[in-house]
Amino acid sequence: MDDIPPYPPIDPTTFDLIVIGTGLPESIIAAAASTASKSVLHLDPNPFYGSHFSSLPLADLPSFLSSHSTSPSPPRSPSSDDPNEFSLLEFATRPLYSSIDISTFSPNLLDQHSRKFNLDVAGPRVLFCADKSIELLLRTGTNQYMEFKSVDATFVGDNKGNLWSVPDSRAAIFKDKSLGLVEKNKLMRFFKLVQGHLAGEQDVKISEEDLQSPFVDFLNKMGLPPKIKSFILYAIAMADYDQEDTGVCRDLLKTKDGIDQLALYNASIGRFQNASGAFLYPIYGQGELSQAFCRRAAVKGCLYVLRMPVTALLVDKDTGCYKGVRLASGQDIFSQKLILDPTFKVTLPLGSSPPLPLKEKLPFFSLKDDKGKIARGICITKTSLKPDISNFLVVYPPRSLFPEQVTSIRLLQIASNLAVCLPGMFVLYISALCNDDDQGKKLIHAVMNTLLTVPLDSESNAAVQSETAEIGSAVQDETSESSSGGPSDSGEEKPTLLWSALYSQELTLGQVDFICSTPMPDGKLNYNDLIDTTFKIFQEIYPEEEFFPETSLENPEVDGDASPET
Amino acid sequence: MHGRPRKAPKPEDEAASSAKAQKLRALQTQFFTFHHNKIYTKEAVELSAKLLEINPESYTAWNYRKLAVEHYLNLPDCNPDSIKSVLDDELRVVENALRQNFKSYGAWHHRKWVLSKGHSSIDNELRLLDKFQKADSRNFHAWNYRRYVAESMKRSEQDELKYAEDMIYTNFSNYSAWHNRSVLLSALFEKKAGGFLLKEKVLPEEYEFIHQAIFTDPDDQSGWFYHLWLLDQTVTTDSPLLASSWPGHGSDVLLVGDRCYNGSAFSPFSALHSDSGSFPIVLYFNQPVGGVNSSTVTVECGFNKNEDLFWKPLSASNSQTARVWVAHLKVPSSDLHSTVEVSVGHSKGIISTRGFVYSHPSMFSFKVHVQPMERDSSQVSVAENISLREENFKVYGTQSEESIIDSFDQLIIKNGHETTASNWRFEALAKEIECFRELLSLVDCKIGKLTLARLLKAYDAMSYPFANKLVHSEEVLELYSDLMKLDPTHYQFYKDEHSIVLLQKVTSSKESLLQHCFQYKDSASSAICDPICLRLNNLSLSRMGAFEKLLWVQMLDLSHNELQSIEGLEAMQLLSCLSLRNNKLRSLTTLEPLRKLKSLRILDISYNQIGDQSIDTTRVHHVAWNIVALDHETQR
Repeated sequence: MDDIPPYPPIDPTTFDLIVIGTGLPESIIAAAASTASKSVLHLDPNPFYGSHFSSLPLADLPSFLSSHSTSPSPPRSPSSDDPNEFSLLEFATRPLYSSIDISTFSPNLLDQHSRKFNLDVAGPRVLFCADKSIELLLRTGTNQYMEFKSVDATFVGDNKGNLWSVPDSRAAIFKDKSLGLVEKNKLMRFFKLVQGHLAGEQDVKISEEDLQSPFVDFLNKMGLPPKIKSFILYAIAMADYDQEDTGVCRDLLKTKDGIDQLALYNASIGRFQNASGAFLYPIYGQGELSQAFCRRAAVKGCLYVLRMPVTALLVDKDTGCYKGVRLASGQDIFSQKLILDPTFKVTLPLGSSPPLPLKEKLPFFSLKDDKGKIARGICITKTSLKPDISNFLVVYPPRSLFPEQVTSIRLLQIASNLAVCLPGMFVLYISALCNDDDQGKKLIHAVMNTLLTVPLDSESNAAVQSETAEIGSAVQDETSESSSGGPSDSGEEKPTLLWSALYSQELTLGQVDFICSTPMPDGKLNYNDLIDTTFKIFQEIYPEEEFFPETSLENPEVDGDASPET
Repeated sequence: MHGRPRKAPKPEDEAASSAKAQKLRALQTQFFTFHHNKIYTKEAVELSAKLLEINPESYTAWNYRKLAVEHYLNLPDCNPDSIKSVLDDELRVVENALRQNFKSYGAWHHRKWVLSKGHSSIDNELRLLDKFQKADSRNFHAWNYRRYVAESMKRSEQDELKYAEDMIYTNFSNYSAWHNRSVLLSALFEKKAGGFLLKEKVLPEEYEFIHQAIFTDPDDQSGWFYHLWLLDQTVTTDSPLLASSWPGHGSDVLLVGDRCYNGSAFSPFSALHSDSGSFPIVLYFNQPVGGVNSSTVTVECGFNKNEDLFWKPLSASNSQTARVWVAHLKVPSSDLHSTVEVSVGHSKGIISTRGFVYSHPSMFSFKVHVQPMERDSSQVSVAENISLREENFKVYGTQSEESIIDSFDQLIIKNGHETTASNWRFEALAKEIECFRELLSLVDCKIGKLTLARLLKAYDAMSYPFANKLVHSEEVLELYSDLMKLDPTHYQFYKDEHSIVLLQKVTSSKESLLQHCFQYKDSASSAICDPICLRLNNLSLSRMGAFEKLLWVQMLDLSHNELQSIEGLEAMQLLSCLSLRNNKLRSLTTLEPLRKLKSLRILDISYNQIGDQSIDTTRVHHVAWNIVALDHETQR
């Protein structure tokens, strides 16, 4: 990014909206604004689409992460010595990733084929077949740019390496081998209760009092045994925090919300004929989603420029109002509105107060950095964690791996049939919410040690080993025993780790302030919350415009030469 | 397809359907012309195909095509290739018709017919079936056809079982799949393939399997239906058994020419009055059997030739199979003391309706004492004046209790053969009972209660020969009473079951039976020993049952019950006096079983509902009564 290739100047120089960064929220806003006939310039300093929502080749992932792990040196040139009527506010970048730990156990194999990998920066993530992202894709016709495959099952893991299938439907309850008869009956009756409630049947209405109470209390009231409670809370309702420990639970699920989650899950199963499970995953990775919305925007006239860093913000000298941006190429581009991806921070000159017209907006969203972090891990293996099934989700409920585990850990295994890795390989995405990097590492390592064989012949392995020791007896440490055999396809042995990347990511929310910022990928499994935030940001900048009016499908444009440049 | 609401047709739909009808009429007229003139040209055959594509229900068109096929196959220049092409055309037409309506009987039948010609590949059929069964997994036409195809291609039952299992795993609310499973397993049981597919091994696994469905969704009926089949498989012993007989083994039968006999040594339970100079031998099997005759049953006695004995089935329908068989032994009119030996099934030939051979030969013997008639006219008249009035009964006293002990035990044939082999049956039932008690502790469900009642009843019936009591009868009665309240639409069914269990309970022990035995003694009677009347009155019975324990009964009081039918009563061959007063019998045809009771002399059917409804008067004259006194005071 230091060598900026000579770029022809952008023409025109004035737009209704400039969007910087091609992450999913930015791409959706660009598409929505273009659909609303705004002139939009969409810039990205990276040579690829997706920013923090991208899917990257194996070799590019570490450099992307580390480029966002440090604050750059203070502004190179002092501001405001510009001769014209604007003052310049320098952009600062925010460190968004930390504790990046890349381990390679099979250098030759992977380096040669780096481009065969499409690794999600913000994994694990899926689309529920009936969630808002699918609705949005269908409503905007963006689905024509993408293909999906079904994530076939959900399992709950334990600290012995077992994966228990989640009885998430009538057929699954019937088929389940781990539940007792009484448990099956109780679970199915609970599902029927929820279905009846949702269908508005009078005699099975859940009382308002119950709806407002914590979901876990309601499950207790229904007499559900702990195992089933755990399935419902963490593998179906996808609760993040330990719901039974109010001391550590930052996100206590209400019955109402829990039931909405169940409804979403239930509506997702069987929605599409060829999807057996509740979730979908895009072929070529999650990055496709941002790219598809960019294509949608481009079809509607949005102008795309990649590899174009932005250096400064142009504000009116007198009013302090936003006017435009200065590109790394030196060109100044003007617009009425600006959307920034969360990488950028605008440093106000010391002592100056935010320009007046923007003050009233401040309470709307405020940047909350106290939301904690999310630890993510990407592992590549040669064997599936479970024989006969390649794409699936695993949830480790709080306390399932070690007593101090307060958040759910989710793992998504994606196989090469989704074009994310070399044939015969599997990519595992792991994530967990955490307070700090150390806690995060401990969570990710706990899963890795339960499920994988980490070879000893790597430098980074020492770190893994020591982490294991810290976690203590709760996690089985079989690395030394099973490493001798090397990679094995027997199915009995744990898959051997070929490559891994561990990192912590900051959680930042969207912001409508002096300038509008989009949020970082959140800790959820799907995009629902991100789409909500994106919608709010769009409404904030264009209160009078409809967010993808229904009519936009009336004249679907042919996907031809209007595709975004790459 | 299931679960699709019917919609009212829109105007444009109606227009479309009338246009279709128009087109169909034209086609049909043309078609009939061809058909009647036996024209089987290419055009004519194609026209019928077009007709069937629009209307697969046109049976005539299917038949026409059959004729056309036969016509082509009989052409002199017919070769294997042309046969194949003709038949392939037929299969194509059927497939198109099925696409239009895959529940068309005619189309499925035609396909079977084509395949039976034996020139078409049967492998394609499974592929086609997969398609149809995916579209509607519960389509019983497809399942029926699948059984035919599987049989023709000799596909193993195991493969088909796996297929049914997969379908069940996709959606267990599938009667057809469960039914197919039961059919396949039955076939395997019959084959006893390699010995590993024994019931005792397979049934517990099947119970385990069906529990998953029942517990997951007790409201789904398909699982219960399969469970009922399993229960039947568990309870029913393959080969028929002799359940009881009259006279019982080791009993003493006293035959007297009139109602007075002097011989207090004899129990009134086994004293029999006989005018006709004969007495019956009754065989009561645990299931309907055929083939009972003088070669399969041998009766050895000094006064009758075995070959002269004529065994008659006693069943409502005049079929040649029945649970109860009777033969009459002629007795000489002189004094006689003789032993009779009856052996059943020592030579093969007795076969159950399900095709199993009676394979446990049994033998019983009894003594006959004949006391010739004393011709005294005044005594005879007494018999004709019997009336079952309350004041004429007295509790059967203790004075001769000993005598009944023997008689009672003699009523039941002990079948030792099955004891060891039946352990798994006990275990299976005990496990089921435990399982359904658990289910009922979770949910209140009618079918669960009914199943528990059936299980307990079956368990009691199985353990009775060893325990000599019905441990669970109180609980079963309670369950049925409960069900009558919970599910009024099936009240009568529960009531009938309740009646039968109650009767089994009453007849289960000597003590309880004695409570219902009374001595008849009217003021005019001068008999030294009074006859015993079994009084099962005021029990609110809606059905009669427990006949195997009541073969000895000569006087039966069933008054003040709710009987709507007396089915099975024909087994009580000794019955001479019967009161059905104050019941709910509706027509004379319900009295049909009485025709088979040759000894019946006195019948009271007053206060019933005969004539309340318009009845089948045509059949009344068929009922040939051989009843001496008919105490008939109808209500209106």
